[in-house]
Amino acid sequence: MKKMRDVPLREAQLCGDNWQGRLAMGMRKVAVVGAGMTKFMRRAQETGRELAYQASKMALDSCEMTLDDIDSVALGTAPDAFDGVHMKGEYLSDGAGAWNKPYMRCYVGGGTGVFAVIQGWYHVASGLFDTCLVVCEEKMSSCKPHPQGAFLTIFDHTTERPLKPNLVWIFALEMNRYMTVHGLDKKDIARVAVKNKRNALDHPCAQVAADITVEDVLNSEVLAWPVQRLDISPTSDGAAAIVMVAEHVAKRITDNPVWVKGVGWSLDTAYWTSRDLYYPRYVESAARMAYDMAGIAEPRKEIHIVEPYDPFDYKELHHLEGLLLADKGDAARLTAEGVTARDGNMPVCPSGGMLGVGNPIAAAGLMKVSEIFWQLRGEAGKRQVPGQPRTGLAQSWGDLMQVGCVAILGI
Amino acid sequence: MSANIESFPGTPLSQADFDEGNILTTHWKPRLEYGWDAGVAIGRYLAELKNGRIIGMKCRRCRRTVVPPRLVCEWCWEPIDEWVYLQDTGTVNTFSVCYIRWDASRAKEPLVPAVIEIDGASKGAGILHLLDEVSTEDIAIGMRVKAVWKPAEERTGSITDIKYFKPV
Amino acid sequence: MREVAIVGVGHSGFRSITPDMSYKELMYEAAARAYEDAGVDPRRDVQSFVSVAEDFNEGTSIFDEYVPDQIGGVLKPVHTIPGDGIHGLIAAYMQVLTGAMDVVMVEAHSKASNVLTLTDVVAYAMDPIYNRPLGANPVFIAGMEMNRYLHHTGTTEEQCAQVVVKNRSNGFLNPSAAYGASLSLDAVLASQPVSYPLKRLEISSHADGAIVMVLASGDVAEQLSYLPIWIRGVGWCNETPSLETRDWEGATYARKAAEMAYRVSGIRSPRLEIDFAEVDDTFAYKELQHMEALGLCRDGEAGLLVEEGATELDGDLPINPSGGSLGVGHLLDASGLARVLEVVLQLRGEAGERQLEDAETGLAFGWRSIPTTSGAAVVLSV
Repeated sequence: MKKMRDVPLREAQLCGDNWQGRLAMGMRKVAVVGAGMTKFMRRAQETGRELAYQASKMALDSCEMTLDDIDSVALGTAPDAFDGVHMKGEYLSDGAGAWNKPYMRCYVGGGTGVFAVIQGWYHVASGLFDTCLVVCEEKMSSCKPHPQGAFLTIFDHTTERPLKPNLVWIFALEMNRYMTVHGLDKKDIARVAVKNKRNALDHPCAQVAADITVEDVLNSEVLAWPVQRLDISPTSDGAAAIVMVAEHVAKRITDNPVWVKGVGWSLDTAYWTSRDLYYPRYVESAARMAYDMAGIAEPRKEIHIVEPYDPFDYKELHHLEGLLLADKGDAARLTAEGVTARDGNMPVCPSGGMLGVGNPIAAAGLMKVSEIFWQLRGEAGKRQVPGQPRTGLAQSWGDLMQVGCVAILGI
Repeated sequence: MSANIESFPGTPLSQADFDEGNILTTHWKPRLEYGWDAGVAIGRYLAELKNGRIIGMKCRRCRRTVVPPRLVCEWCWEPIDEWVYLQDTGTVNTFSVCYIRWDASRAKEPLVPAVIEIDGASKGAGILHLLDEVSTEDIAIGMRVKAVWKPAEERTGSITDIKYFKPV
Repeated sequence: MREVAIVGVGHSGFRSITPDMSYKELMYEAAARAYEDAGVDPRRDVQSFVSVAEDFNEGTSIFDEYVPDQIGGVLKPVHTIPGDGIHGLIAAYMQVLTGAMDVVMVEAHSKASNVLTLTDVVAYAMDPIYNRPLGANPVFIAGMEMNRYLHHTGTTEEQCAQVVVKNRSNGFLNPSAAYGASLSLDAVLASQPVSYPLKRLEISSHADGAIVMVLASGDVAEQLSYLPIWIRGVGWCNETPSLETRDWEGATYARKAAEMAYRVSGIRSPRLEIDFAEVDDTFAYKELQHMEALGLCRDGEAGLLVEEGATELDGDLPINPSGGSLGVGHLLDASGLARVLEVVLQLRGEAGERQLEDAETGLAFGWRSIPTTSGAAVVLSV
């Protein structure tokens, strides 16, 4: 038996790392044809299943499809600890339309929202299915005394949990490092919270849309320096869903399919204390994979709208740099100069992001993908960015400053 | 959304809804107890902490010295078997001053979590711990710190055998 | 459609407790063996990594954080499927089918011994509003279903008990099994009643362990292995989480999962074309119920087959030659992958004393245990 070490893998592969080659070889095209979401709320009356149902139904109705048209269901939902149900994916399955259907759940912490799209993509691109309903749901309010408490259990049970760490620590540690390495001021970062919360005023589902100023952010309560209350997104209940289909189905259903151009994902080491947190290299790794697949050589020119994951304001900047859409340390300047405003050269979080719309962990990522979908179709109403954007990028992030998931959509 | 859609599903509730008893809820407090096997690498780490020492490991192939210990180098996929005692001093890589507790309630005295790069390990190799005996104005990235240990008879083989790190 | 094969497998052995190794170390052992078997370097050759895990089985939220290091996946595409091990295998399979990847790995593991309140954890999976407040030990779900199944098919308690005798005896011939034993039918029937008609010895005991498999696309598989084990078809299905509306008789999820797997693999008569099968036997009656739902025999026939010895190692249709969960140990969600492991070993001719003659096509089926109706099937052949 010839061992792999004797033969460089490239020789054995049909087309090496050349994604374009793979596309030419006939990698199946996948389109998003419908989307739906619930309001994002501090506390919803609906159960998790009901939220999943509402979003799924809306997504199906939006493209006039029914459950009979759906071959498979992919659900993304993050910590089971919030909903208070072990094997939460099973509990939510019927709410997500997966009764008597092939059903799978994916989970990469906060990265789940965009990862679910990747999972939907490989369901259809594999050729096993022509359609896949992708649903993301989170019901954080069930967790008492406060959903934030559940995050205690994300830390290593032996080397970290005895210190009673809290979620805000890791953001604060990362934010401090990012600011210090690049010599940034809180002011530079607060502008993101102002921009996104204001953008969210035009989002009908927004939980914490507001017209605030940089001073408001700087004067807000310090939670874990340098993180202040208005730097962060709230915990939320909510769900979102999209319908993904194969090319021949897309062409039958709609004149405006939005194609999946590229996907990428990357998970960094759990030993986060040995990484320099100032730069999310795992986001870069995921972005490069997605750009390769999409054949994008100059992202800053070719990506027209960006929805990076913004649970905290500095994360938008951090991620823009990781996505290679801003030079290291320079994203703050782009914000200050209005480049990332809705009517700027590169609109970032036109939806209002999580800072404005809310943060039901997995649903937030899918909300961003849905936003790109609506924007590219010209259906974003008051949030519509001017010009005719043709390509958008959504990115989610999660774990211990660890995972990057990127989806590039285009028309 | 389709700019056409006017109303989105979802029924937001407020604290008043609960206080006034308008919402029925069920409560469940789960019994979730785990006893995690520390294994070879972390087992030794904890045992050495009980002895008042921090131990790491060295990858023979890429020459990194890592902490906490692990049996395989995650970078070069080489098994690691060389133990290295590290010092109990280090440099602050990043820190925060935290005024909220794990359950989001306000703490009277802030905690100062930090990532501390441990002397003797490769550059950047750090552990999470707390800083104390320092005023919040004086803490800076790059500060030199030293571990303050519990007395030997109180150590149990846990990361908390180090009470905190303080400035040198 | 592309062809995909399993080119490497590795595992850590399965034991009731593994106090000397952390879960990371178990995973590393399985991964190191699998990569060696496949002849690949994960840092260079493996393009995507799938992990199977549930937070509450681990005692850690967002468990995927702790996966990449010990499987060689740092800064590479890694994700977690909270599902059965076979769901994970299928996720890896689909990624290779897309054409975007040629080499993908899947891992699943169990550290059940570290979950001190495992029954409470299982209860925590039940509906919080309708079911949990009843405060019953969730094993009642299996008892109720067994009752209905026996009633509906005429299967007897003795036939269910015979499954235990067979599987624990097969476990004896399996060096990695935790619970090989020579039991008499009477001992099983006389064992403590747990939830009528389910008895203690009919419930598989838990074990710890880790399993890793490496999948590769057609041409690459033939470069890597002289005997790739081809994935001919896959199928999976969720019926409903609701206890109140589910099918209590016939394991619909298994029926539909198998229908899909046979459709994809082009199998028209499973009974003739499948040489042997590894099917979930978390509870003894499940082996029989699953055999029928998977179309390996008619409804009500499974009990007769086990009674006649047709499902023994030397029978017409060997079922669970590894010993199943009853003999190997229940590995939580990794159990499904343990079923696949045996099918691969048998097809490769590496099953030692359990080796079946003329094994060319095998079926593996996993179920996620109570309270779910979630199962996944895979058809493999040489």
